[in-house]
Amino acid sequence: MSKPAPKTYLAPGHRGCAGCCDALAAKFMLMGTGPNTIVVNPTGCLEVMTTPFPESAWKVPWIHSLFENGGAVASGVEAALKALGRKEGIKVIGVGGDGSTMDIGIRSLSGAFERGHDITYVCVDNEAYMNTGIQRSSGTPFDASTTTSPPGKISFGNPRPKKNMPAIMVAHGSPYVATTSIGYPRDMIKKVKKATEIEGPAYIHAHAPCPTGWGFDGSKTIEMAKLAVETCLWPMYEMENGELTQVKKVKNPKPVEEYLRAQKRFKHLFTMDGGDEEIKKIQATADWNIEFYGLQ
Amino acid sequence: MKITSGGVCEPGSTLANKTGGWRNFRPVYDYDKCTKCGICEIVCPDMSISLREDDFFEYNYDYCKGCGICANECPADAIEMVLEEK
Repeated sequence: MSKPAPKTYLAPGHRGCAGCCDALAAKFMLMGTGPNTIVVNPTGCLEVMTTPFPESAWKVPWIHSLFENGGAVASGVEAALKALGRKEGIKVIGVGGDGSTMDIGIRSLSGAFERGHDITYVCVDNEAYMNTGIQRSSGTPFDASTTTSPPGKISFGNPRPKKNMPAIMVAHGSPYVATTSIGYPRDMIKKVKKATEIEGPAYIHAHAPCPTGWGFDGSKTIEMAKLAVETCLWPMYEMENGELTQVKKVKNPKPVEEYLRAQKRFKHLFTMDGGDEEIKKIQATADWNIEFYGLQ
Repeated sequence: MKITSGGVCEPGSTLANKTGGWRNFRPVYDYDKCTKCGICEIVCPDMSISLREDDFFEYNYDYCKGCGICANECPADAIEMVLEEK
């Protein structure tokens, strides 16, 4: 038998869809942090489905903040623990979706990182506002169909590329920024553990395919996450003090078509005229990742 | 329903909500094929798989939503999804 899985601190009975990516991300995150953790969770799918009042799936102290102030509340929790002399051995961790991290909450998160609070922030990136009905966010990839970026006569879906959030966090001078994926549980657990052990603000960006929002069967959540890494559309790397220190190599990258074809949100690329050209643009993104991060 | 000050909830209290009723397909182990690798336990989004004393795993059908990730990821193909009859 392989190494037993670390204990997690998320209870069953939560209201996540069958095959929920957020539940997996939270499970792996807590496996990495252990029990001495205070979780700050801005609004989002994860918050809504784990805490239907008066119940909570969290077995660690957990606080819900607004969409926009996850970073500020995490800073406050950390500062309060320090003022009380109780910070020793306690990990403060913020966890939000791509909307609350990359769009609405980026201001307070930026503040927290600039002030250098000893926190870890985990972004669970499912690439749209899933909780409110799949609206486009700045984490939505190029050409994806969402309810606010539908493909049609004049558009192939989301017209903008995905925002490079980890690079923004590196620019804050963060000592540890890493990207990971729920398709690689051991990698995510290891990186979260490392992030919480490092003094100062650390950032983890976890790619999390959402069956409901992306349009694939709930049994394929992990498979889809792996496919994103195998097609080089999601590079997994670690950056310490601004330097790229570790990259997950992909020996034989699969064509992006394989990843796109498996999801309903990219279905139009295979049915609309000119879809081929769009797929080439997405392949170019993957090729750029291979070159830039040295994935091969 | 009593609303507590600050909206405080008990840890892990979603256990009161048995999500097993959501299930359409029931995962069933074939213990002859199982290699005890433990991948199913780690990839379960509903924490519904636990280790038995004999190092095999078992389901908690009170909470398993039948998503099928375990069956899809099993390297030994030891998990079958069987249609629930109600």
